[in-house]
Amino acid sequence: MTTLKTTRQPVLRIGGRVSLRIRIRSVAVVLLLTGVALAAAVVLIGTGDFPMSFADVLSVLVGSGHPADELIVRELRLPRVLVGLLVGASLGLAGALFQAVSRNPLGSPDILGLGQGATAGALTMIVLFSGSAAAVTAGALVGGLVTGTAIYALAWKRGVHGYRLVLVGIGVSAVMTAVNSYLITKADMVDAARAVVWMTGSLNGRDWAQVWPLLALCAVLVPVVLANERGLRMTEMGDDASYALGVRVERLRLVLLACAVLLASAATAAAGPVAFVALTAPQLARRLTRSPGPNLVPSLLMGAALLIVADLLSQRAFGSDQLPVGVVTGALGGVYLLWLLVTERKAGRV
Amino acid sequence: MNRLSAENVTLAYEQRVIARELSVEIPDNSFTVIVGPNACGKSTLLRALSRMLRPSEGRVLLDGQVIQSLPAKKVARTLGLLPQSSVAPDGITVADLVARGRYPHQGLLRQWSPEDERVVQESMERTGVAGLADRYVDELSGGQRQRVWIAMALAQETPLLLLDEPTTYLDIQHQLDVLDLCAELHEEHGRTLVAVLHDLNHAARYATHLIALRGGEVVAQGAPRDVVTAELVERVFGIRCQVIEDPEAGTPLVVPAARKARAAAV
Amino acid sequence: MFVDTPSKQRVETPPAEPARRRSAVKAAGLLAALALLVVVATASIAVGAKPLGVGQVWHGLFADTGTYGDVVVGERLSRTVLGLLAGAALGLAGAVLQALTRNPLADPGLLGINAGASAAVVTAITFFGVTSIGGYVWFAFAGAMLVGALVWFLGGSRGATPVRLALAGMAIAAALQGYLQAMMILDEAALGRMRFWTVGSLSSASWQSIGQVLPFLAAGTVLALALARPLNAMEMGDDTARALGAHLNRTRALSMLAATLLCGAATAACGPIVFVGLMVPHVVRSFTGPDLRWILPYATVLSPVLLLGADVIGRVVVRPSELQVGVVTAVIGGPLFIFLVRRRRTAQL
Repeated sequence: MTTLKTTRQPVLRIGGRVSLRIRIRSVAVVLLLTGVALAAAVVLIGTGDFPMSFADVLSVLVGSGHPADELIVRELRLPRVLVGLLVGASLGLAGALFQAVSRNPLGSPDILGLGQGATAGALTMIVLFSGSAAAVTAGALVGGLVTGTAIYALAWKRGVHGYRLVLVGIGVSAVMTAVNSYLITKADMVDAARAVVWMTGSLNGRDWAQVWPLLALCAVLVPVVLANERGLRMTEMGDDASYALGVRVERLRLVLLACAVLLASAATAAAGPVAFVALTAPQLARRLTRSPGPNLVPSLLMGAALLIVADLLSQRAFGSDQLPVGVVTGALGGVYLLWLLVTERKAGRV
Repeated sequence: MNRLSAENVTLAYEQRVIARELSVEIPDNSFTVIVGPNACGKSTLLRALSRMLRPSEGRVLLDGQVIQSLPAKKVARTLGLLPQSSVAPDGITVADLVARGRYPHQGLLRQWSPEDERVVQESMERTGVAGLADRYVDELSGGQRQRVWIAMALAQETPLLLLDEPTTYLDIQHQLDVLDLCAELHEEHGRTLVAVLHDLNHAARYATHLIALRGGEVVAQGAPRDVVTAELVERVFGIRCQVIEDPEAGTPLVVPAARKARAAAV
Repeated sequence: MFVDTPSKQRVETPPAEPARRRSAVKAAGLLAALALLVVVATASIAVGAKPLGVGQVWHGLFADTGTYGDVVVGERLSRTVLGLLAGAALGLAGAVLQALTRNPLADPGLLGINAGASAAVVTAITFFGVTSIGGYVWFAFAGAMLVGALVWFLGGSRGATPVRLALAGMAIAAALQGYLQAMMILDEAALGRMRFWTVGSLSSASWQSIGQVLPFLAAGTVLALALARPLNAMEMGDDTARALGAHLNRTRALSMLAATLLCGAATAACGPIVFVGLMVPHVVRSFTGPDLRWILPYATVLSPVLLLGADVIGRVVVRPSELQVGVVTAVIGGPLFIFLVRRRRTAQL
């Protein structure tokens, strides 16, 4: 490892051909967030009607736990926590991608109408067909993907311009919100209650059936996204500057938006439109790493950590499964934005 | 055969046609300056030459091949552009921004070679921003910032460099700094430079080759000494003037007629 | 931030003669818009489960002799009047907010006013057992005013900037949204009522609720129209406005007050109706140009056209049932909005 003189950054060299740039602070943040997410996950597994200690949970996870504990962990709590981690990670990454592509800190899937689109799909299943959990998941997935495609197609006009993408997204979002409100007024009380819980975003009762598809999707998309991160970083300087440097801006956007839509739709299908994770995770990650650029890996981990910690809070604070995790992320998101407002104002930046 | 040329290009934004059937050659190893009144299509031409704008008809050739057909990174290693508007990402340092110019030379596994290191350092020294390496770009003055962007374009290490109004918003001292730098780059390394400039006198003093545009057409081109005449200035910019010899550089110097004389002419 | 995007507008200096003619065209357009409003308002009274002719509407309005038709007119009149008032208020408030935040996307939702009203209504239902529409009004209005004030102070009060105001609004809306959802999950009665209130509808209109919000609407309207000139100056940026002698802080504070009065009252009376306040000023701007002295009156007249028109459509398309006006405005408005966004030149985006 050698240190870069110009930017004071270490570079990892392997032979003459491979050289990777490393930001120490970013690596530290990544390790920290991984630690927080995993520790919170272990505590969360131990939380519930049948509490377990940190050590108990760990011994179950390494395969030497009590058989009764093992059953609870394997069948109920582990899949739920895994869904939480995967959903949080997907939302964090999707949010970072949307914000980077639209060059707008508010360009998250919730604002662009993806969440509302997925909700419309899910509500159609709940309200019009009283569908099963699987049908609701499928409906949400289809709703999210259709909405994402529609937004891209409607915003396309000799390329997708960031600001136009956000505006079109807001238009689509308003239509979908109205459709959703209408669907809820049409529902009977039972379906309406189910719909509201779904719309808030919840991890209750999630099992292995949600884990595998999400895991497979992440396994494919995350490498694709990360391989394009350097190009994405260039686009921060404007289309002309990045194109002049040899970035194929439009193709890059198409690939990354497609990944972001898939990730956000899958996450929403699995847990509902959990508010604010996608919006706040990239901003928080960026402030921790203090590094310019899209900060994709830190955002991904921040999303996972945020969602798990929020779920832990909601279970500890309100008792098991009383209030879904979306309530907590919404409140946390609001508090975070306010904090941001106050601190940035002191720093004189806003 | 010159490396960069446009053949019968028609340039348009949406439906609005800026130029029809325009052909220009950029002489190799020249410092070419494109001049003309506002909205004559000079920036548009530069955008077409740098493949930012695809001509609706005709073609732009780089080394004998249609520029759009070449791989993006390969073009980026041959031809650099300093656009009129670039955004410095929030909280980026000067060294980091300049380092981004190395993008076309890098890959997923080759993110930072000793070569990159050397070129970035050199680019910063050439443009006089090496002392600012650790400063944030947002904190810099307009003149410093422009030099940082030029350093980034230099780090790209291209034999051809296109600059879109590099002196806009700078005071006279910084304008001359930037133009001196361009002249050095051109002389010492035999780079081909193409710049859009507003100031005709700057153009006449620094350019080795001048292209005068009006209404999307080339009105004249050639060495400033041959091209810049009172008659041409009136034809291109619509002002009456005298052209005298620049007492400092010996190049043509445009002196607009006094207000009353111009009014009389109208 | 949306607000940060500079719009590269061309500076055009039109010659004096056509400018005067253009004013005449704009004035004629305003008259045409008024005529359109009369037509839509008449339609709003005429259309329904029992359709009435124009003659019957006239009879019911100006020569009420207690016939069945006259009774129907009386019933539909309160709904139409509320639509007129709420529509005008939302359009006017939207135009003021867009000028204030220099943000073409500003609407009552952005500054947290809808969220404030909704949170107050759910509180009224859950904790105070309020069940009547008349009872909601005061809560909704108080909630909207409270959040409006909070946004103003968090946004930096005297030193408020457009970005800060928008962020403060988003933040408060986010926190309140969490609260709203929690209440709806925990309290089934709240869910049962809120799901109808949050759609936005004119069907619960009554003279009583109109009477409750009318003074606030009137005050807000007068204030907003009076702000046209100072807001015009502000649109060119803080420094230019200051150079032109505008009182930035006073104008900002009064604009917030006007917008909060208008949105708060409209939302209290018919629930959060999104999009009217966002869209109409947008549409209006595309043919009046950026002069608020024209935008504000146009928005005042055309917003109720949209709202009442949407309400009439909502009553017709799924007869005998009806679609809430909030749904119809979004479903019509969304595509129109996207069309406008696409039509704008890239340079301006």
